[in-house]
Amino acid sequence: MDTSLDPQMAVRKTPLVANERSMDWVTEKVSNIVESRTPIWWWLAFMVTSPVACFGLFCIAYQISTGVGVWGENHPVGWAWDITNFVFWIGIGHAGTLISAILFLTRQKWRTSINRASEAMTLFAVICAAIFPGIHVGRVWMAWFLAPVPWYEGVWPNFRSPLLWDVFAVSTYFTVSVLFWYTGLVPDLATLRDRTTSRVKKFFFTLFALGWRGSNRNWRHYEMAYLILAGISTPLVLSVHSVVSFDFATSVIPGWHATIFPPYFVAGAIFGGFAMVLTILIPARILYPQLKDLITPQHIDRMCKIILLTGSIVGYAYTMEFFIAWYGGNPYEQWLFLRNRLADPILFTKILHWAPYPAPYWWAYWSMITCNVLAPQVFWFKKNRYNLWVVFIIVNFVNMGMWFERFVIIVTSLANDFMPSMWHLYHPTWVEIGTFVGTFGIFLSLFLLFIRFLPMIAMSEIKIVLPESDPHRVAPGAHAGTEAHSPQL
Amino acid sequence: MIATAPQAKVYGMAAEFPTVAALYHAAEQIRDAGFKRWDVYTPFPVHGMDEAMGLGKSWLSAVVLCGGITGLLIAVVLEGYPSLIEYQTVVHGKPTDWTTVPAFVPIFFELTILCSAFTTVFALMVMSQLPRWNHPMFNWERFSRVGDNGFFLAIEARDPKFSEEKTRALLESIGGNHVTLVHDI
Repeated sequence: MDTSLDPQMAVRKTPLVANERSMDWVTEKVSNIVESRTPIWWWLAFMVTSPVACFGLFCIAYQISTGVGVWGENHPVGWAWDITNFVFWIGIGHAGTLISAILFLTRQKWRTSINRASEAMTLFAVICAAIFPGIHVGRVWMAWFLAPVPWYEGVWPNFRSPLLWDVFAVSTYFTVSVLFWYTGLVPDLATLRDRTTSRVKKFFFTLFALGWRGSNRNWRHYEMAYLILAGISTPLVLSVHSVVSFDFATSVIPGWHATIFPPYFVAGAIFGGFAMVLTILIPARILYPQLKDLITPQHIDRMCKIILLTGSIVGYAYTMEFFIAWYGGNPYEQWLFLRNRLADPILFTKILHWAPYPAPYWWAYWSMITCNVLAPQVFWFKKNRYNLWVVFIIVNFVNMGMWFERFVIIVTSLANDFMPSMWHLYHPTWVEIGTFVGTFGIFLSLFLLFIRFLPMIAMSEIKIVLPESDPHRVAPGAHAGTEAHSPQL
Repeated sequence: MIATAPQAKVYGMAAEFPTVAALYHAAEQIRDAGFKRWDVYTPFPVHGMDEAMGLGKSWLSAVVLCGGITGLLIAVVLEGYPSLIEYQTVVHGKPTDWTTVPAFVPIFFELTILCSAFTTVFALMVMSQLPRWNHPMFNWERFSRVGDNGFFLAIEARDPKFSEEKTRALLESIGGNHVTLVHDI
């Protein structure tokens, strides 16, 4: 069609599903991922990730059986890789809920291609996160002290403590994410149930599809339930990382005691989460080429824009922390920021002479700035957002940078505290490194299992954005209401 | 066409429609014909189908509101009773009186959300009469495409206006294909 003659056509947007695919095509291609034989690359990948996961579990078992002293933590650095990893993983989870809830409420229809995989990623990231607060208490068998029961000498937990808020926030987040994810899965499980020929699969799909049959009397309640779950997940996702940040912000440690922490942490979580979504979906899209029409360059472009936005918010928060340290006039705060984080060996020590010697963790701080603030700026250019190599490299910078951010916040604030005689640089042991690497094994193994056994694209949702799903559609190319209903230009 | 053994009880009369638009207009006509016990089956929620079927707004939200309030009350009791009344723990010499109530807000919020979410999912199941292991519609082999690209409409035999000949004629006249008597087992 000659779009230059029709002014209406010229402003139409690119369709969300490329190449005008039909509903049957969507069902076939997405179900095929689950139904076809396990590809060789899957086994090769699983052969790498599952031993790594097992090594992580071994490190955890070793730490629990021997004691928390096998880690490098000691006074004054009582929190180090454990809580860094906890905050890192819980942050990664946030993108899934943002996509499934906030983008749903704001009617961003492009979310339908990526929400299922991102929600799964949320669950697996929260599982990885939940390991660390559990094992860092040392005596894991006493972790039930966190539960609100007066079983220990009749003493209740302190409900005024952010650490207890965190227990409620993270467990609620995980539970609600599971419910939301499962609710979204039910119609797709019914599709797989109706397609499968295997008796065993039929049994399990029938069990978990709950007898779903696409009835409109059910869809009516289902849509309301989905809307409510999105509505309550939106404040929930914003609250979880806020509560995580309260663990730090309500303390008196310089570098932690900042009111900017909740929004700063939430923006950082979304930033890091989208980076992880892209880290996983870009390879998935190459390994399953049929996904290329569902997860289009347009989707990647929009995720890159969110990374650019949230990365810039994070950059603003870093700047504002410094400004407040200077403007607030607290000498401990000023000392911490300059002498423990910022002072690099050349600019601040040799040229500006603001510090007599470099900060012990200057490399971590500047890695964070490079990865989180500078690297995403390449996404200002459309050419870069559409180049998968550039995107993949930059999002991995972001993944690293977000880990460094938590390391910088936690360790640099603790290592050189109020009493110089206590100053102590922190070094991780092989057990801590092994546990952290192991969580990547757990995360990726769970994700590989997910894409083998469950539909990684929300079929029933993506069909809504196809032009043929509109009951009021007149004819192809004629007037259509929304962006999804327009033909490809 | 007969989906199951003829001696089985009749569940209803079902038809398949080629497009979502055809199903939508068929639903409007069945609604206007005054049927009460009937349903349409689609692979995805169809925009505007509730109005086409004459269904009102789902009141699931009202149930969830009750669930959320219950969650809030649980949190108020769970935090307030031990912390303010039964066992006031003094931590760092900080106060334990009613002025500390803002510190309880995060858990108020979390439990409200948690109970709302559980209520949403359980209310969805109760109101949709799920889970169930089987359904008469599954006896019709064409119906297996409902999760793919099939659009179906079924009028139940227990509807007072149901009659085998007239309902079949009606479904055929409004554009239904493969009009079939579906049997219960």
